[in-house]
Amino acid sequence: MKALNRREFIKTTTTTTAGVAIIASGITLTTYAAKPQESNPVTNEKRWGMLIDTNKLTETDIDDMIDACQEEQGWGSEILSTGDQKSGWIKKIKVKDTATDRISNLALMCQHCEEPPCVDVCPTNASMKREDGIVLVDKHLCIGCRYCMMACPYDARSFVHEELTNQKEHMPRGKGTVESCTMCVHKVDKGEQPACVEAVDSDAVIFGDLYDSNSKINQTLKKIQSTQIRADLNLNTAVRYSGI
Amino acid sequence: MSIIRYEQIQGKSLGFYALVAGLGAFILAALGAVYFMEHNGHHVTGMSNRIVWGLPHVFALFLIVAASGALNIASIASVFNKKVYKPLSRLSGLVALALLAGGLMVLVLDLGRPDRLIIAMTEYNFNSIFAWNIILYNGFFVIVGVYLWMMFERRMNKYSHTVGIAAFTWRLILTTGTGSIFGFLVARQAYDAVIMAPMFVIMSFAFGLAFFILVLMASYKWTARPLGDAIVNRLSNLLGVFVAAVMYFVSVYHLGNLYLAENSGVESFILVDGGIYTKLFWYGQIILGGLVPLALLYSPATKGNRTMLGLASVLIILGGIVQLYIIIVGGQAYPMELFPGKEILEGYGGIAAYTPTLPELMLGLGGIAVALIAIAYLIKFLPFLPESLADDVTDPHHKKL
Repeated sequence: MKALNRREFIKTTTTTTAGVAIIASGITLTTYAAKPQESNPVTNEKRWGMLIDTNKLTETDIDDMIDACQEEQGWGSEILSTGDQKSGWIKKIKVKDTATDRISNLALMCQHCEEPPCVDVCPTNASMKREDGIVLVDKHLCIGCRYCMMACPYDARSFVHEELTNQKEHMPRGKGTVESCTMCVHKVDKGEQPACVEAVDSDAVIFGDLYDSNSKINQTLKKIQSTQIRADLNLNTAVRYSGI
Repeated sequence: MSIIRYEQIQGKSLGFYALVAGLGAFILAALGAVYFMEHNGHHVTGMSNRIVWGLPHVFALFLIVAASGALNIASIASVFNKKVYKPLSRLSGLVALALLAGGLMVLVLDLGRPDRLIIAMTEYNFNSIFAWNIILYNGFFVIVGVYLWMMFERRMNKYSHTVGIAAFTWRLILTTGTGSIFGFLVARQAYDAVIMAPMFVIMSFAFGLAFFILVLMASYKWTARPLGDAIVNRLSNLLGVFVAAVMYFVSVYHLGNLYLAENSGVESFILVDGGIYTKLFWYGQIILGGLVPLALLYSPATKGNRTMLGLASVLIILGGIVQLYIIIVGGQAYPMELFPGKEILEGYGGIAAYTPTLPELMLGLGGIAVALIAIAYLIKFLPFLPESLADDVTDPHHKKL
């Protein structure tokens, strides 16, 4: 075997070290990525959804839903923002049929579209849809361009117009970024229901897995007439309404 | 054609320093405004969750649109071989780059988190027209930069035709991309029209040329260099054609929208009963920004008069800013149709209020100042301007007009 001179020795060891470093770090990263984060991973075999029956939902129910959402997620205490600058993750909407004058009240929040326009337009992938259909904003990637707010057909998103204090631990909100209903993903991942659903005593609001044929929401949707807001846009929303 | 000699401007006069100081003051005011808005948050602006893009976006998009249009003069020379425009090519490239820089500055500084610009440069969602625009804008700098190099470097001159075609194609795609920011917003009645893209291209022709003409006339007048009628009158005619084309596209856009019953609400809002937006449309965009400039450019009494050409260019720029204000702010002010066939009594709807604040205006004006100061300094340090654009230089074989 040829004796190594100094130059070749350095070359070989450098290559080997670099190679080992690259492969090893790759292995480490893969290992971390492969490690299950939780016992109940997010999968596209589920699709979380909500059914709101406006015939059963009272105006008080809607107020309770809004209060529960504010309490859970910590929005609504903005002091400097005025009028339309205030955050509104969930809103009470009163609509009148122009032909019959029939009035319906409903709660409007992010509809968690299957084809969300906000996700399409977001330049930095901050707006994203989880495998289980929940649409979220990654507050660390959001640059505050507000294009998602231009694109959302439901006026569901808010921009934080001021510095915030006393935020909820599970819901960091930041000045200059966009936010909206998270379907209480932090609760749902623990097997609980969204705060607004828990706030309503009756079955006016049903939450569950749209795909699971044993779930109450799936079975109810099979039985009754329901609709999606702006169904004409073909966004296939996860929040459905009956009675409007 | 005789040999064109390019020369830097001296840039040592009191007037030059006064100009730079004036523009510098605007830039400082803009930076102050940005600090104020970013430090406090957007609650100090007139913007809200209904009007998410306000006056800064109006200026930013105006400058970006005008930027791609300012490159047209160079394109006409190198792509379409109109030799008379060739001496203007370098300035055309410069004005294009300067306007784009000003526009992007405004756009970026109005972000909620401008400090995260690096994310916009590293995280791309290729479904997003915004992400595409980021690539298109950066690419424009590179391509026009190379284009200028080909024009400046004598041994590279032979490539300027090829690079010119690339730049021309790129600028068309860029403005299409800018128009498409609005063209594909399905939820909003005022947008969601494919005609937005070509309309923005035509708007860029008019706004960019108006800006270019003002820069050209000012720099030749202030440096006492000869600028002949042969070239100025051609630019003037071209400007008129572009303004008429913009008005044609605006008519088609509105007539097309009127034909669709679902859009009649937003159309009557802009055209008839939208208060400030209706006034801005008719008085600002159509009369001051369209009809008056056309009259100034073509009527025998004012045709060929440099002051009137300058006035027409200023009006076209103001009309353009008004047009973008109506598209951007007016389009958002009109509520989305959440429940077709139903009336919303509470919770959403109505015309959204928007009153622009001084910091927003200063940021927008700062973008224009950045563009102008960049032009002023670069023509001082590099030979962008021909020392003469007199008729016997630009158009030696043509009888005097």
